Amino acid sequence: MQNALYTIGLYGAVFLYLAFALMPIYWTIKISVTPENLLYSEGIRLWPSRATLANYASVLRATDFPRYFTNSMIISITTALIVTAVASLAGYALSRFEFHGKTWVSLVLLLTQTFPLVMVIPPIFRIMSQLGLTDNLYGLIIIYTAFNIAFATFLMQSFFDGVPRDLEEAAMIDGCTRVMALRRIILPLTLPGMGATVAFVFTAAWSELLFALMLINSDSQKTFSVGLLTFIGKFAVDWGQMMAASVMALIPVCIFFLFLQRYLVTGLTAGAVKG
Amino acid sequence: MTLATRNAHDENRSHRFSVALEPWLYLSPALLIITSVLIVPLIIGISYSFRKFSAFRSEYVGLEQYRTMLTDDVLHGAIINTLWWTGGSLFFQFFLGLGLALLLNRPFHGRKLVQGLVFLPWAVPTFLTGLTWTWLFNPVIGPLPHIFYAIGLQAEPVTILANPETAMWGPIIANIWFGIPFFAITLLAARKSIPSELYEAASIDGASAWQQFTKVTLPFLAPTIAITVMLRTVWIATFADLIYVMTAGGPAGSTNTIATYIYVSAFKALDKGYASAVAVLLLALLIVYALIVIQMRRALMKDK
Repeated sequence: MQNALYTIGLYGAVFLYLAFALMPIYWTIKISVTPENLLYSEGIRLWPSRATLANYASVLRATDFPRYFTNSMIISITTALIVTAVASLAGYALSRFEFHGKTWVSLVLLLTQTFPLVMVIPPIFRIMSQLGLTDNLYGLIIIYTAFNIAFATFLMQSFFDGVPRDLEEAAMIDGCTRVMALRRIILPLTLPGMGATVAFVFTAAWSELLFALMLINSDSQKTFSVGLLTFIGKFAVDWGQMMAASVMALIPVCIFFLFLQRYLVTGLTAGAVKG
Repeated sequence: MTLATRNAHDENRSHRFSVALEPWLYLSPALLIITSVLIVPLIIGISYSFRKFSAFRSEYVGLEQYRTMLTDDVLHGAIINTLWWTGGSLFFQFFLGLGLALLLNRPFHGRKLVQGLVFLPWAVPTFLTGLTWTWLFNPVIGPLPHIFYAIGLQAEPVTILANPETAMWGPIIANIWFGIPFFAITLLAARKSIPSELYEAASIDGASAWQQFTKVTLPFLAPTIAITVMLRTVWIATFADLIYVMTAGGPAGSTNTIATYIYVSAFKALDKGYASAVAVLLLALLIVYALIVIQMRRALMKDK
């Protein structure tokens, strides 16, 4: 009886979370297949009486979206890999060493997370244009990397903190060097953390709008988020096309997350401590 | 001193030197990037707060803009709104995120698929999140007002975004939706790295599920919780995009936060100087908050 109640509660909770998470995405999909003339008259129906893929076809054929898509891909993957590498190093230093100035380093990292972006837009724009980094993907990669390092470092630090020091010290007593201990003990145990870090940075870079909007002018360098804005005309929004484009943009993130899940789910810790 | 001991002494010293240098070596790429791309521009930005900008030039005005803030009623309202916005969003994001993390840690059918799906909101661009929720709250084309009306939350099916009393809940709900995965992913990853032996030992000792949660799960999650809550608070407090897209601070300033106020001052009123001064205020408030959390975390770690 108690088991049955537990099962009902468990699946009930799972259902509620799923419904809350998916309802807005479902609505986006619904709007993307709704013909324009039915958009308002069938606004609250769960599914339009007549579905169409015309919005998708026009986004693919008549817009620069494939181009924006590629740009966002390049930026997000590059940023995620650089940030995770740099933040793992920094997080390891903060977790495993006691040194003079450690509090200050944490404080400086924190500082970069606290100020409103609007405050640095004018100075960053000036510096970037002097370096010739406006209107190209490298400029955005540099900025996104800088913005994400602090968070990623704190995240990696807490993952390193979660690995008992004894494991590492035992390995070093057994004759492992620090680097060997890092590779054989720490890295496998923090792999889920690194996976999570990559996922976060990727999505953060993928969604950023403000700086992309400020720094990119030419159509060939636009990212996905800026591309979405081009659908908003001065007087009316082409909702169908915009939603179709957004659904397409969700696909890589979807695949990315399903791939990364492996690292989150695998109980590496249990395996390593037992083995 | 013999040559041998001197050599040993030298070696020892250079060893100590390299030990002191080692953490800085690992930190240097991060610090280099952050300093050149963020700290330097930040300092330039702070210097803007002492200057009055007009169309073609700027002049030094000292603390004048800080004095203006004292009598700025719009700003005072924005500070109250920021507390609501940050507190409301954070509370629900954290507890619903923690609940989701613990839920996903249990075995059930289709868990992998569910996990991928419930994390999706995080991947949706903010700009789009705002627009989608605006639509959902719209009584003509969205379902929510009719649902709220049916279950008695609203007297009539209208958008909550147009009513100053309820408008703030619009962006807060969108923000909760967007932020739950953040806590769920980080807390789930932290939960996964707790050795399962601890739970086995606890259940052999006869600990109940609740005792296992408070004695094993919570203490191990505490460092991650402290860091994620702190960062999230700061993010939410400075996060203007969602509110800007959904209500632009209205109606009647009811959703105007410090962050949106800075946006409006900088871009609409083109008052870079005053916007920077307000930003400095926000920065100061957040640093004080962060220092408190860091101290609390340190005390917590010492206990362990």
